[in-house]
Amino acid sequence: MEVQNLNLTLKVWRQKGPKEQGHFETYSLQNISPNSSFLEMMDVLNEQLINEGKEPVAFDHDCREGICGMCSMYINGEAHGPDDHVTTCQLHMRKFKDGDTITVEPWRSAGFPVIKDLIVDRSAFDKIMQAGGFVSVNTGGVPDGNAIPIPKPNADEAMDAASCIGCGACVATCKNGSAMLFVSAKVSQLALLPQGKVEAARRAKAMVAKMDELGFGNCTNTGACEAECPKGVSITNIARLNREFLCAKFVD
Amino acid sequence: MSNPTLLKSSIGKKLLMSITGMFFVLFLLFHAAMNAVHIFSPEAYNEVCEFLGANWYALVGTSVIALGFIIHIAYGTILTIQNRKARGADRYDSEVRPASVEWASKNMFALGVIIFVGLILHLWMFWSKMQFAEIANIPLDAEIGASSYADGSSFIMYWFSKPWVVITYMVWLVAIWFHLTHGFWSMFQTMGLNNKTWMSRLRCLSDIIATIICVAFAAVIIAAFCMSL
Ligand code: SF4
Ligand code: FES
Repeated sequence: MEVQNLNLTLKVWRQKGPKEQGHFETYSLQNISPNSSFLEMMDVLNEQLINEGKEPVAFDHDCREGICGMCSMYINGEAHGPDDHVTTCQLHMRKFKDGDTITVEPWRSAGFPVIKDLIVDRSAFDKIMQAGGFVSVNTGGVPDGNAIPIPKPNADEAMDAASCIGCGACVATCKNGSAMLFVSAKVSQLALLPQGKVEAARRAKAMVAKMDELGFGNCTNTGACEAECPKGVSITNIARLNREFLCAKFVD
Repeated sequence: MSNPTLLKSSIGKKLLMSITGMFFVLFLLFHAAMNAVHIFSPEAYNEVCEFLGANWYALVGTSVIALGFIIHIAYGTILTIQNRKARGADRYDSEVRPASVEWASKNMFALGVIIFVGLILHLWMFWSKMQFAEIANIPLDAEIGASSYADGSSFIMYWFSKPWVVITYMVWLVAIWFHLTHGFWSMFQTMGLNNKTWMSRLRCLSDIIATIICVAFAAVIIAAFCMSL
Protein backbone atom coordinates (compact mmCIF):
# COMPACT_ATOMS: atom_id res chain seq x y z
CA MET A 1 0.00 0.00 0.00
CA GLU A 2 1.26 3.39 -0.94
CA VAL A 3 1.58 5.70 2.06
CA GLN A 4 1.79 9.40 1.54
CA ASN A 5 4.63 11.02 3.42
CA LEU A 6 3.98 14.25 5.30
CA ASN A 7 5.30 17.74 4.82
CA LEU A 8 5.02 19.64 8.06
CA THR A 9 5.66 22.99 9.67
CA LEU A 10 6.95 22.81 13.23
CA LYS A 11 6.68 25.58 15.77
CA VAL A 12 9.11 24.62 18.50
CA TRP A 13 9.90 26.35 21.80
CA ARG A 14 13.59 27.23 22.01
CA GLN A 15 15.16 28.38 25.25
CA LYS A 16 18.90 28.51 25.83
CA GLY A 17 18.82 27.98 29.58
CA PRO A 18 16.74 28.15 32.75
CA LYS A 19 17.00 31.92 33.14
CA GLU A 20 16.92 32.82 29.45
CA GLN A 21 13.96 34.25 27.60
CA GLY A 22 12.46 31.56 25.35
CA HIS A 23 10.77 31.96 21.96
CA PHE A 24 9.17 29.91 19.18
CA GLU A 25 11.21 28.91 16.16
CA THR A 26 9.50 27.71 12.98
CA TYR A 27 10.95 24.85 10.91
CA SER A 28 9.70 23.04 7.86
CA LEU A 29 10.17 19.32 7.48
CA GLN A 30 9.69 17.29 4.30
CA ASN A 31 8.91 13.69 3.64
CA ILE A 32 8.10 12.39 7.12
CA SER A 33 6.76 8.84 7.19
CA PRO A 34 3.33 8.59 8.83
CA ASN A 35 4.58 5.36 10.41
CA SER A 36 7.34 7.07 12.33
CA SER A 37 6.90 8.12 15.93
CA PHE A 38 6.82 11.72 17.05
CA LEU A 39 10.30 11.40 18.55
CA GLU A 40 11.65 9.93 15.30
CA MET A 41 10.25 12.97 13.54
CA MET A 42 12.09 15.14 16.10
CA ASP A 43 15.26 13.15 15.32
CA VAL A 44 14.85 13.99 11.63
CA LEU A 45 14.46 17.65 12.56
CA ASN A 46 17.62 17.55 14.65
CA GLU A 47 19.59 15.85 11.83
CA GLN A 48 18.45 18.63 9.56
CA LEU A 49 19.46 21.32 12.08
CA ILE A 50 22.88 19.75 12.61
CA ASN A 51 23.44 19.59 8.85
CA GLU A 52 22.55 23.26 8.65
CA GLY A 53 25.09 23.96 11.40
CA LYS A 54 22.39 24.92 13.89
CA GLU A 55 21.83 23.88 17.47
CA PRO A 56 19.57 20.78 17.69
CA VAL A 57 16.40 20.88 19.81
CA ALA A 58 17.01 19.49 23.31
CA PHE A 59 14.30 17.09 24.46
CA ASP A 60 14.04 14.33 27.06
CA HIS A 61 13.61 10.71 26.01
CA ASP A 62 14.90 7.36 27.08
CA CYS A 63 13.00 4.08 26.65
CA ARG A 64 10.95 5.11 23.61
CA GLU A 65 8.36 2.49 24.49
CA GLY A 66 6.10 4.28 26.96
CA ILE A 67 7.58 3.09 30.24
CA CYS A 68 10.12 5.62 31.45
CA GLY A 69 8.02 8.77 31.30
CA MET A 70 10.85 10.99 30.06
CA CYS A 71 9.40 12.20 26.77
CA SER A 72 7.65 15.34 27.99
CA MET A 73 6.22 17.43 25.16
CA TYR A 74 3.12 19.59 24.98
CA ILE A 75 1.97 19.04 21.41
CA ASN A 76 -0.78 21.14 19.83
CA GLY A 77 -2.15 22.08 23.23
CA GLU A 78 -2.10 18.61 24.78
CA ALA A 79 0.41 16.77 26.91
CA HIS A 80 1.88 13.98 24.73
CA GLY A 81 -0.15 15.21 21.77
CA PRO A 82 -3.53 14.35 20.29
CA ASP A 83 -3.72 10.59 20.94
CA ASP A 84 -5.21 9.14 24.16
CA HIS A 85 -3.30 7.02 26.66
CA VAL A 86 0.06 7.30 24.93
CA THR A 87 3.34 8.98 25.67
CA THR A 88 5.07 11.15 23.07
CA CYS A 89 7.33 8.27 22.02
CA GLN A 90 4.20 6.17 21.34
CA LEU A 91 2.52 8.90 19.30
CA HIS A 92 2.49 8.13 15.60
CA MET A 93 2.86 10.73 12.88
CA ARG A 94 -0.25 9.28 11.19
CA LYS A 95 -2.21 11.27 13.78
CA PHE A 96 -1.26 14.36 11.75
CA LYS A 97 -2.15 15.45 8.24
CA ASP A 98 0.04 16.58 5.40
CA GLY A 99 0.59 20.34 5.61
CA ASP A 100 -0.16 20.56 9.36
CA THR A 101 1.53 23.07 11.61
CA ILE A 102 2.50 21.40 14.88
CA THR A 103 3.21 23.43 18.02
CA VAL A 104 5.68 21.81 20.43
CA GLU A 105 6.15 23.28 23.90
CA PRO A 106 7.80 22.15 27.13
CA TRP A 107 5.72 21.31 30.24
CA ARG A 108 4.87 24.71 31.68
CA SER A 109 4.41 24.75 35.43
CA ALA A 110 6.22 26.52 38.24
CA GLY A 111 7.07 23.11 39.74
CA PHE A 112 8.85 22.06 36.53
CA PRO A 113 11.22 24.85 35.46
CA VAL A 114 12.61 24.67 31.92
CA ILE A 115 16.25 23.58 31.76
CA LYS A 116 16.68 23.92 28.01
CA ASP A 117 14.29 23.95 25.02
CA LEU A 118 11.79 21.17 25.73
CA ILE A 119 13.59 19.71 28.76
CA VAL A 120 12.17 20.51 32.18
CA ASP A 121 13.41 19.75 35.68
CA ARG A 122 11.11 17.14 37.22
CA SER A 123 13.29 16.41 40.23
CA ALA A 124 10.44 17.71 42.44
CA PHE A 125 8.78 14.33 41.83
CA ASP A 126 11.86 12.54 43.15
CA LYS A 127 11.75 14.68 46.27
CA ILE A 128 8.11 13.75 46.84
CA MET A 129 8.99 10.07 46.40
CA GLN A 130 11.86 10.35 48.85
CA ALA A 131 9.47 11.83 51.40
CA GLY A 132 7.43 8.65 51.61
CA GLY A 133 6.82 6.81 48.35
CA PHE A 134 8.40 3.57 49.58
CA VAL A 135 7.92 0.58 51.87
CA SER A 136 10.50 0.12 54.62
CA VAL A 137 11.74 -3.45 54.81
CA ASN A 138 13.90 -5.28 57.28
CA THR A 139 16.83 -7.06 55.76
CA GLY A 140 16.65 -10.83 55.78
CA GLY A 141 15.30 -13.55 53.58
CA VAL A 142 12.92 -12.72 50.74
CA PRO A 143 9.37 -13.53 51.93
CA ASP A 144 7.20 -15.81 49.81
CA GLY A 145 5.04 -13.67 47.52
CA ASN A 146 2.03 -15.92 47.99
CA ALA A 147 2.22 -15.91 51.78
CA ILE A 148 0.07 -12.77 52.03
CA PRO A 149 -3.37 -13.14 50.41
CA ILE A 150 -4.54 -9.99 48.57
CA PRO A 151 -8.09 -9.59 47.25
CA LYS A 152 -8.21 -9.39 43.47
CA PRO A 153 -9.98 -5.98 43.29
CA ASN A 154 -7.29 -4.46 45.54
CA ALA A 155 -4.52 -6.03 43.52
CA ASP A 156 -6.07 -4.63 40.33
CA GLU A 157 -6.51 -1.14 41.70
CA ALA A 158 -3.01 -1.13 43.14
CA MET A 159 -1.66 -2.23 39.76
CA ASP A 160 -3.60 0.50 37.95
CA ALA A 161 -2.19 3.10 40.31
CA ALA A 162 1.28 1.60 39.96
CA SER A 163 1.14 2.12 36.21
CA CYS A 164 2.04 5.78 36.81
CA ILE A 165 5.37 6.45 35.12
CA GLY A 166 6.00 9.82 36.76
CA CYS A 167 5.92 11.67 33.46
CA GLY A 168 4.38 14.83 34.91
CA ALA A 169 1.70 15.25 32.25
CA CYS A 170 -0.82 15.65 35.05
CA VAL A 171 1.01 18.66 36.48
CA ALA A 172 1.67 20.07 33.02
CA THR A 173 -2.01 19.87 32.11
CA CYS A 174 -3.47 21.07 35.40
CA LYS A 175 -4.57 24.70 35.42
CA ASN A 176 -3.56 24.74 39.10
CA GLY A 177 -0.17 23.10 38.58
CA SER A 178 -1.26 20.42 41.02
CA ALA A 179 0.62 17.16 41.50
CA MET A 180 -2.30 15.38 43.15
CA LEU A 181 -2.77 12.70 40.48
CA PHE A 182 0.87 11.67 40.70
CA VAL A 183 0.95 11.71 44.50
CA SER A 184 -2.38 9.91 44.75
CA ALA A 185 -1.15 7.16 42.41
CA LYS A 186 1.97 6.67 44.50
CA VAL A 187 0.05 6.70 47.78
CA SER A 188 -2.66 4.38 46.43
CA GLN A 189 -0.44 1.70 44.95
CA LEU A 190 1.01 1.07 48.42
CA ALA A 191 -1.99 1.86 50.64
CA LEU A 192 -4.04 -0.78 48.83
CA LEU A 193 -1.62 -3.57 49.67
CA PRO A 194 -0.96 -5.12 53.09
CA GLN A 195 2.78 -4.50 52.80
CA GLY A 196 2.23 -0.77 52.24
CA LYS A 197 -0.71 -0.38 54.61
CA VAL A 198 1.56 -0.34 57.68
CA GLU A 199 3.09 3.01 56.79
CA ALA A 200 0.10 4.40 54.89
CA ALA A 201 -0.76 7.23 57.30
CA ARG A 202 2.79 8.47 57.64
CA ARG A 203 3.33 8.20 53.90
CA ALA A 204 0.23 10.23 52.97
CA LYS A 205 1.14 13.02 55.40
CA ALA A 206 4.79 13.16 54.36
CA MET A 207 4.15 13.13 50.62
CA VAL A 208 1.40 15.77 50.79
CA ALA A 209 3.56 17.97 53.02
CA LYS A 210 6.43 17.71 50.53
CA MET A 211 4.13 18.39 47.58
CA ASP A 212 2.79 21.54 49.30
CA GLU A 213 6.26 22.64 50.31
CA LEU A 214 7.51 22.38 46.72
CA GLY A 215 4.78 24.79 45.63
CA PHE A 216 2.50 22.52 43.61
CA GLY A 217 -1.05 23.88 43.41
CA ASN A 218 -4.28 22.85 45.09
CA CYS A 219 -6.44 20.35 43.21
CA THR A 220 -9.86 21.69 42.21
CA ASN A 221 -11.08 18.40 40.72
CA THR A 222 -11.19 19.49 37.09
CA GLY A 223 -10.10 16.02 35.96
CA ALA A 224 -7.86 17.38 33.19
CA CYS A 225 -4.97 15.30 34.62
CA GLU A 226 -6.86 12.05 34.23
CA ALA A 227 -7.81 12.94 30.64
CA GLU A 228 -4.19 13.54 29.66
CA CYS A 229 -2.47 10.87 31.76
CA PRO A 230 -0.80 8.40 29.36
CA LYS A 231 -1.59 5.56 31.76
CA GLY A 232 -5.19 6.49 32.45
CA VAL A 233 -4.61 6.86 36.20
CA SER A 234 -8.04 7.68 37.65
CA ILE A 235 -8.87 10.66 39.85
CA THR A 236 -10.60 8.25 42.21
CA ASN A 237 -7.05 7.77 43.47
CA ILE A 238 -7.17 11.44 44.51
CA ALA A 239 -10.28 10.69 46.58
CA ARG A 240 -8.34 7.87 48.21
CA LEU A 241 -5.39 10.17 48.92
CA ASN A 242 -7.74 12.75 50.49
CA ARG A 243 -9.28 9.98 52.61
CA GLU A 244 -5.92 8.61 53.72
CA PHE A 245 -4.58 12.07 54.49
CA LEU A 246 -7.62 13.35 56.38
CA CYS A 247 -7.97 10.15 58.41
CA ALA A 248 -4.28 10.29 59.30
CA LYS A 249 -4.60 13.94 60.36
CA PHE A 250 -7.69 13.34 62.48
CA VAL A 251 -6.06 10.41 64.24
CA ASP A 252 -3.18 12.69 65.33
CA MET B 1 -9.74 22.36 64.44
CA SER B 2 -8.02 19.81 66.58
CA ASN B 3 -5.01 19.81 64.36
CA PRO B 4 -3.23 23.11 63.68
CA THR B 5 -1.19 21.76 60.77
CA LEU B 6 -4.28 20.54 58.96
CA LEU B 7 -5.31 24.02 57.81
CA LYS B 8 -1.81 24.72 56.54
CA SER B 9 -2.02 21.77 54.16
CA SER B 10 -3.62 22.00 50.73
CA ILE B 11 -6.09 19.23 51.51
CA GLY B 12 -7.04 20.81 54.85
CA LYS B 13 -7.91 24.11 53.16
CA LYS B 14 -9.92 22.27 50.56
CA LEU B 15 -11.74 20.39 53.31
CA LEU B 16 -12.84 23.73 54.70
CA MET B 17 -14.09 24.72 51.24
CA SER B 18 -16.13 21.53 51.00
CA ILE B 19 -17.59 21.73 54.52
CA THR B 20 -18.74 25.32 53.98
CA GLY B 21 -19.90 24.39 50.49
CA MET B 22 -21.94 21.48 51.82
CA PHE B 23 -23.51 23.84 54.27
CA PHE B 24 -24.56 26.22 51.46
CA VAL B 25 -26.15 23.44 49.46
CA LEU B 26 -28.31 22.63 52.48
CA PHE B 27 -29.05 26.31 53.00
CA LEU B 28 -29.98 26.78 49.34
CA LEU B 29 -32.26 23.74 49.41
CA PHE B 30 -34.02 25.20 52.43
CA HIS B 31 -34.17 28.69 50.93
CA ALA B 32 -35.54 27.36 47.63
CA ALA B 33 -38.18 25.27 49.40
CA MET B 34 -39.20 28.27 51.49
CA ASN B 35 -39.47 30.51 48.42
CA ALA B 36 -41.46 27.92 46.51
CA VAL B 37 -44.16 28.34 49.14
CA HIS B 38 -44.71 31.81 47.72
CA ILE B 39 -45.96 30.43 44.41
CA PHE B 40 -48.79 28.66 46.19
CA SER B 41 -49.53 30.93 49.11
CA PRO B 42 -48.03 34.37 49.75
CA GLU B 43 -49.64 34.33 53.20
CA ALA B 44 -47.92 31.12 54.21
CA TYR B 45 -44.68 32.57 52.86
CA ASN B 46 -45.07 35.63 55.08
CA GLU B 47 -45.57 33.39 58.08
CA VAL B 48 -42.21 31.76 57.33
CA CYS B 49 -40.67 35.25 57.04
CA GLU B 50 -42.20 36.18 60.37
CA PHE B 51 -40.70 33.08 61.93
CA LEU B 52 -37.25 33.98 60.50
CA GLY B 53 -37.42 37.68 61.42
CA ALA B 54 -35.52 39.58 64.07
CA ASN B 55 -35.35 36.93 66.77
CA TRP B 56 -32.26 35.52 68.32
CA TYR B 57 -32.25 32.10 66.67
CA ALA B 58 -32.75 33.54 63.20
CA LEU B 59 -29.97 36.04 63.92
CA VAL B 60 -27.64 33.28 65.06
CA GLY B 61 -28.50 31.41 61.87
CA THR B 62 -27.75 34.48 59.77
CA SER B 63 -24.40 34.97 61.52
CA VAL B 64 -23.41 31.35 60.96
CA ILE B 65 -24.28 31.64 57.28
CA ALA B 66 -22.29 34.88 57.03
CA LEU B 67 -19.30 33.24 58.71
CA GLY B 68 -19.56 30.30 56.32
CA PHE B 69 -19.54 32.67 53.36
CA ILE B 70 -16.53 34.54 54.65
CA ILE B 71 -14.57 31.31 55.12
CA HIS B 72 -15.59 29.96 51.71
CA ILE B 73 -14.64 33.22 49.96
CA ALA B 74 -11.42 33.77 51.94
CA TYR B 75 -10.11 30.25 51.41
CA GLY B 76 -11.30 30.19 47.81
CA THR B 77 -9.24 33.31 47.22
CA ILE B 78 -6.15 31.98 49.02
CA LEU B 79 -6.29 28.70 47.08
CA THR B 80 -6.78 30.50 43.76
CA ILE B 81 -3.80 32.80 44.38
CA GLN B 82 -1.62 29.80 45.30
CA ASN B 83 -2.78 27.97 42.20
CA ARG B 84 -1.95 30.83 39.88
CA LYS B 85 1.51 30.91 41.38
CA ALA B 86 1.91 27.15 41.00
CA ARG B 87 0.88 27.42 37.36
CA GLY B 88 3.74 29.81 36.75
CA ALA B 89 4.09 32.90 34.62
CA ASP B 90 4.63 31.03 31.34
CA ARG B 91 1.44 30.12 29.53
CA TYR B 92 0.92 27.59 26.77
CA ASP B 93 0.67 28.94 23.27
CA SER B 94 -2.06 26.48 22.43
CA GLU B 95 -4.25 24.59 24.86
CA VAL B 96 -7.04 22.06 24.33
CA ARG B 97 -9.71 21.40 26.95
CA PRO B 98 -10.36 17.64 27.05
CA ALA B 99 -14.04 16.82 26.49
CA SER B 100 -14.34 15.18 29.92
CA VAL B 101 -13.37 18.39 31.72
CA GLU B 102 -16.44 20.42 32.74
CA TRP B 103 -16.29 24.08 31.82
CA ALA B 104 -17.49 25.05 35.31
CA SER B 105 -14.61 23.20 36.99
CA LYS B 106 -12.09 25.51 35.36
CA ASN B 107 -14.04 28.67 36.17
CA MET B 108 -15.14 28.18 39.76
CA PHE B 109 -13.45 31.35 40.95
CA ALA B 110 -14.94 33.54 38.21
CA LEU B 111 -18.36 32.01 38.85
CA GLY B 112 -17.82 32.63 42.56
CA VAL B 113 -17.14 36.30 41.88
CA ILE B 114 -20.38 36.63 39.89
CA ILE B 115 -22.27 34.88 42.68
CA PHE B 116 -20.71 37.19 45.25
CA VAL B 117 -21.73 40.33 43.35
CA GLY B 118 -25.24 38.93 42.98
CA LEU B 119 -25.30 38.18 46.68
CA ILE B 120 -24.46 41.75 47.62
CA LEU B 121 -27.29 42.97 45.42
CA HIS B 122 -29.64 40.38 46.88
CA LEU B 123 -28.75 41.30 50.46
CA TRP B 124 -29.33 44.96 49.71
CA MET B 125 -32.70 44.30 48.06
CA PHE B 126 -34.09 42.04 50.74
CA TRP B 127 -32.07 41.44 53.89
CA SER B 128 -30.98 45.06 54.50
CA LYS B 129 -34.61 46.18 54.23
CA MET B 130 -36.09 43.28 56.22
CA GLN B 131 -34.30 41.51 59.08
CA PHE B 132 -31.47 44.04 59.20
CA ALA B 133 -33.74 47.09 59.02
CA GLU B 134 -35.77 45.69 61.88
CA ILE B 135 -32.87 45.11 64.26
CA ALA B 136 -31.16 48.37 63.26
CA ASN B 137 -34.38 50.37 63.64
CA ILE B 138 -34.34 51.61 60.05
CA PRO B 139 -37.82 52.64 58.90
CA LEU B 140 -39.55 50.51 56.28
CA ASP B 141 -38.80 51.48 52.70
CA ALA B 142 -42.08 53.23 51.82
CA GLU B 143 -41.71 52.70 48.07
CA ILE B 144 -41.91 48.92 48.46
CA GLY B 145 -45.24 49.17 50.25
CA ALA B 146 -44.68 46.33 52.69
CA SER B 147 -46.91 46.20 55.72
CA SER B 148 -44.12 44.99 58.03
CA TYR B 149 -40.45 43.96 57.99
CA ALA B 150 -41.55 40.35 57.57
CA ASP B 151 -43.94 41.04 54.69
CA GLY B 152 -41.64 39.15 52.32
CA SER B 153 -44.32 38.74 49.72
CA SER B 154 -44.52 42.49 49.10
CA PHE B 155 -40.76 42.62 48.67
CA ILE B 156 -40.90 39.80 46.14
CA MET B 157 -43.75 41.41 44.22
CA TYR B 158 -42.05 44.80 44.24
CA TRP B 159 -38.64 43.70 42.99
CA PHE B 160 -39.68 41.01 40.56
CA SER B 161 -42.10 43.24 38.72
CA LYS B 162 -39.02 44.97 37.31
CA PRO B 163 -37.60 43.29 34.17
CA TRP B 164 -33.99 44.28 34.95
CA VAL B 165 -34.20 42.59 38.32
CA VAL B 166 -35.63 39.43 36.77
CA ILE B 167 -32.89 39.31 34.13
CA THR B 168 -30.12 39.98 36.67
CA TYR B 169 -31.43 37.21 38.90
CA MET B 170 -31.57 34.77 35.99
CA VAL B 171 -27.91 35.46 35.19
CA TRP B 172 -27.14 34.97 38.86
CA LEU B 173 -28.99 31.66 38.94
CA VAL B 174 -27.14 30.40 35.86
CA ALA B 175 -23.84 31.18 37.60
CA ILE B 176 -25.06 29.40 40.73
CA TRP B 177 -26.14 26.42 38.65
CA PHE B 178 -22.70 26.05 37.05
CA HIS B 179 -20.96 26.53 40.40
CA LEU B 180 -23.11 23.84 42.01
CA THR B 181 -22.76 21.29 39.20
CA HIS B 182 -19.05 21.16 39.89
CA GLY B 183 -19.08 22.04 43.57
CA PHE B 184 -21.46 19.34 44.73
CA TRP B 185 -19.58 16.23 43.60
CA SER B 186 -16.30 18.01 44.15
CA MET B 187 -16.89 18.27 47.89
CA PHE B 188 -17.38 14.51 48.19
CA GLN B 189 -14.20 13.98 46.22
CA THR B 190 -12.28 16.35 48.51
CA MET B 191 -13.61 14.66 51.64
CA GLY B 192 -12.42 11.37 50.18
CA LEU B 193 -15.96 10.03 49.87
CA ASN B 194 -15.72 8.88 46.28
CA ASN B 195 -14.70 5.84 44.27
CA LYS B 196 -15.14 4.34 40.80
CA THR B 197 -18.77 3.36 41.43
CA TRP B 198 -19.83 6.62 43.01
CA MET B 199 -18.04 8.99 40.64
CA SER B 200 -20.72 8.95 37.95
CA ARG B 201 -23.55 8.80 40.50
CA LEU B 202 -22.28 11.85 42.36
CA ARG B 203 -21.76 13.77 39.12
CA CYS B 204 -25.29 12.98 38.07
CA LEU B 205 -26.62 13.93 41.50
CA SER B 206 -24.75 17.26 41.22
CA ASP B 207 -26.65 18.16 38.08
CA ILE B 208 -29.96 17.12 39.65
CA ILE B 209 -29.46 19.10 42.87
CA ALA B 210 -28.19 22.18 41.02
CA THR B 211 -31.18 22.03 38.68
CA ILE B 212 -33.73 21.56 41.47
CA ILE B 213 -32.35 24.51 43.40
CA CYS B 214 -32.11 26.86 40.43
CA VAL B 215 -35.43 25.90 38.88
CA ALA B 216 -37.22 26.42 42.20
CA PHE B 217 -35.73 29.91 42.60
CA ALA B 218 -36.42 30.81 38.98
CA ALA B 219 -40.03 29.60 39.20
CA VAL B 220 -40.76 31.93 42.11
CA ILE B 221 -39.27 34.88 40.27
CA ILE B 222 -41.09 34.16 37.02
CA ALA B 223 -44.37 33.53 38.81
CA ALA B 224 -44.05 36.87 40.63
CA PHE B 225 -43.19 38.66 37.38
CA CYS B 226 -46.22 37.13 35.61
CA MET B 227 -48.51 38.07 38.47
CA SER B 228 -47.29 41.67 38.29
CA LEU B 229 -48.18 42.01 34.59
S1 SF4 C 1 -0.33 10.17 37.08
FE1 SF4 C 1 -0.26 9.88 34.86
S2 SF4 C 1 0.23 11.91 34.06
FE2 SF4 C 1 0.74 11.95 36.24
S3 SF4 C 1 2.89 11.41 36.35
FE3 SF4 C 1 1.74 9.49 36.58
S4 SF4 C 1 1.58 8.66 34.48
FE4 SF4 C 1 2.19 10.80 34.29
S1 FES D 1 10.77 7.86 26.05
FE1 FES D 1 10.24 6.55 27.75
S2 FES D 1 8.11 6.91 27.88
FE2 FES D 1 8.62 8.00 26.08
